[in-house]
Amino acid sequence: MAFEALTQKLNDIFKMLKGKGKLTEADVKQAMREVKLALLEADVNFKVVKELIQRISERAVGQEVMESLTPGQQVIKIVNDELVRLMGSKEAKLNFSPGGITVIMLVGLQGSGKTTTAGKLGKLLSKSGKKPLLVAADIYRPAAIKQLQVIGEKLDIPVFTMGQQDPVNIAMASVEYANRHNNDVIIIDTAGRLHIDEELMDELSRIKQAVNPSEILLVVDSMTGQDAVNVAEEFNKRLALTGLILTKLDGDTRGGAALSVKAVTGCPIKFVGMGEKLENLEPFYPERMASRILGMGDVLTLIEKASQTFDLKKAQELEQKLKTQSFDLNDFLEQLSQVKKIGSLDQILSMIPGFSQQKLKGLELNEKELVHVEAIINSMTPEERKNPSIINGSRRKRIAAGSGTSIQDVNRLLKQYEQTRKMIKQMTDMEKSRKRGKQRFPFFGF
Amino acid sequence: MGFFDKLKQGLSKTRNNFTDRIENLLKFTKRVDEETLEELEEVLISADVGINVTQKLMDSLRERVKTSRIRSSEDLKTALKDEIKGLFPQKKMSLQPPSVLLVVGVNGVGKTTSIGKLAHIFKNQGYKVIMAAGDTFRAAAAEQLEIWGQRSGVDVIRHQEGSDPASVLFDAIQAGKSRRTDIIICDTAGRLHTKKNLMEELRKLYRVCQKEYPDAQLLSLMVLDATTGQNALAQARIFKDAVDISGIVLTKLDGTAKGGIAIAIAQELNLPVWFIGVGEGIDDLQEFNSDEFVDAIL
Ligand SMILES: Nc1nc2c(ncn2[C@@H]2O[C@H](COP(=O)(O)OP(=O)(O)OP(=O)(O)O)[C@@H](O)[C@H]2O)c(=O)[nH]1
Ligand SMILES: Nc1nc2c(ncn2[C@@H]2O[C@H](COP(=O)(O)OP(=O)(O)OP(=O)(O)O)[C@@H](O)[C@H]2O)c(=O)[nH]1
Ligand SMILES: [Mg+2]
Ligand SMILES: [Mg+2]
Repeated sequence: MAFEALTQKLNDIFKMLKGKGKLTEADVKQAMREVKLALLEADVNFKVVKELIQRISERAVGQEVMESLTPGQQVIKIVNDELVRLMGSKEAKLNFSPGGITVIMLVGLQGSGKTTTAGKLGKLLSKSGKKPLLVAADIYRPAAIKQLQVIGEKLDIPVFTMGQQDPVNIAMASVEYANRHNNDVIIIDTAGRLHIDEELMDELSRIKQAVNPSEILLVVDSMTGQDAVNVAEEFNKRLALTGLILTKLDGDTRGGAALSVKAVTGCPIKFVGMGEKLENLEPFYPERMASRILGMGDVLTLIEKASQTFDLKKAQELEQKLKTQSFDLNDFLEQLSQVKKIGSLDQILSMIPGFSQQKLKGLELNEKELVHVEAIINSMTPEERKNPSIINGSRRKRIAAGSGTSIQDVNRLLKQYEQTRKMIKQMTDMEKSRKRGKQRFPFFGF
Repeated sequence: MGFFDKLKQGLSKTRNNFTDRIENLLKFTKRVDEETLEELEEVLISADVGINVTQKLMDSLRERVKTSRIRSSEDLKTALKDEIKGLFPQKKMSLQPPSVLLVVGVNGVGKTTSIGKLAHIFKNQGYKVIMAAGDTFRAAAAEQLEIWGQRSGVDVIRHQEGSDPASVLFDAIQAGKSRRTDIIICDTAGRLHTKKNLMEELRKLYRVCQKEYPDAQLLSLMVLDATTGQNALAQARIFKDAVDISGIVLTKLDGTAKGGIAIAIAQELNLPVWFIGVGEGIDDLQEFNSDEFVDAIL
């Protein structure tokens, strides 16, 4: 369910409440049903959802509807604020041991991304001037030690191994090793395990006791569903976690597990994994996560990603053009091929709030159509490309014939161009307002 | 120990035992009422069945309460179970060697492990099996598969890290032909379904099989981690589109997650579950049985 769907539903509910006024209990109750479904759809645990809904309802009832917002938008704002608040308002940092060696221990279910994250953390730490040591304490999974060794080699970070010996001994010996080799941070990669596996959970407690870590980080797959709370609760109970790391957020999961695990452990989410490569570790931003869970689209990330992927010079040209409103069909064509590098067009557009599903329909564009688009634009005269508004009926006919497409195709393209122009303008406007630091919700309108 | 016992054992370790909860519930509420229905709804949601399918199931359940003679909560539960079982397509896996199994899925779900277990099963059934180390990306992926090969005594065709997976598959197919192998199981690197280029690479692997071994039966297995939430639907949809998934391996059912999203996948995409993973050992792969699966949820 996209954000638009949620806002649209809320707006429908609040249609009655046309003028400004207070949110009544009945309004809010109805709205909360939609919010609840949206959160469940995003994999937030149902118990967490219940609590949230209760809190949000209490806050919402009786609130004045703000001048600039519709009641539906107002509710979303309250929900969004509450999610952000719950997920922690500031970016968390790693704890270092005041004197001596800092021990970081990574724990979690099988396949959640511990070993990869160990490498990523190592890279981050060595970039910040630390001398990390990776410790291979997974003695169970086939080739787990080798995997960490390969990662260490790629990063030029030492890896401590002791074969299949008791992980508690490995952990203790690694501290000694670090002492002798001047490593100031130890990152222990433990084996994946189920939270209900008594024996292996006990092993973690014993490692903890033996080396007294400054950080015990639970590595959680962001695609996890309702079970995330059970896992996080049990690991936290056993080990008193100090933080969480969410992995595989580079996909399209809504990531409600973030909210669930934060809610049951109270631990800060310190980093997020954004890819398989060892540089793909990023700080956690609660605002982004909240919009993502609500299906509002990860607009900020999108903008950043876009600015990384887009040719910088072209982007600057584009920006200039946008400012002067001279974004023409040549630019549109350029834009489409740039956008293709980030992902499929409808996927990107669906990430951008402010586009209702209906609007999106007209915008669906696949790679094949892109060839058509190119043909159509190439059949236009230079003036037409510069100034599409002059393209009247007879010109459309000519362009269709010239490009071997139909008039409908030409019409659709012009409509897409117009919408893209608006979208880009919206994005740059938002960037501007973000830079000014003004608190605004540009996407709550359509 | 059977899957159900194992699951029960796993379940008994958790505090919030759904089966118990439902059973307790049923003890006290003899008559069907709205509260019972809501509780059942909650059980489905907490098993990751998803709101859409849950609502559909509840709607038809409510309908049945009205029209048929469902009186007790016990009847209600049975009706719901039947309803869910009916969603799973009956397509069984039927091997017609020579076969190529392309094993795909997102990162860390248990592809390589499941391949190791499958090779063992097939070998014990008397088939001649080889494995292809088609994950040339992840650190030590081929080494991992080789260890599984040693465990079951099955050969692994591998290249160096970073080489083209299509050429690994090509070699495996040639080896399979010349050694008269019955089943070639191909491991692939974990990939998120949203990565266009990686999905394209997968399509290419599929085409290589079709082209190089047209006589072989080509099956794509998608491995799905039972702890996955609603994103699994998108995964299944896109992997199906790319390599025409034939069946699903649902892993990590030995934990407390129920894998209910497989129900939504069955409902929407008509994909059967063929195997379930219930542990990290070589024998921890079992044939899927919808009765046992549904019993573990409700
Ligand atoms: N796309 C993506 N893949 C990731 C990310 N983090 C890890 N992975 C992948 O997830 C898979 C599992 O990662 P590992 O680091 O082996 O996981 P693990 O927790 O050590 O696994 P076990 O030791 O078996 O429990 C690998 O294919 C990784 O490349 C991420 O942030 N994004
Ligand atoms: N408890 C449990 N663990 C499992 C099961 N299947 C696999 N695992 C574990 O899950 C982790 C990941 O398994 P892999 O087979 O490496 O997963 P993969 O899909 O090949 O991972 P990538 O190749 O990195 O994408 C390992 O620690 C396995 O031991 C299962 O059924 N139950
Ligand atoms: Mg590992
Ligand atoms: Mg693998």
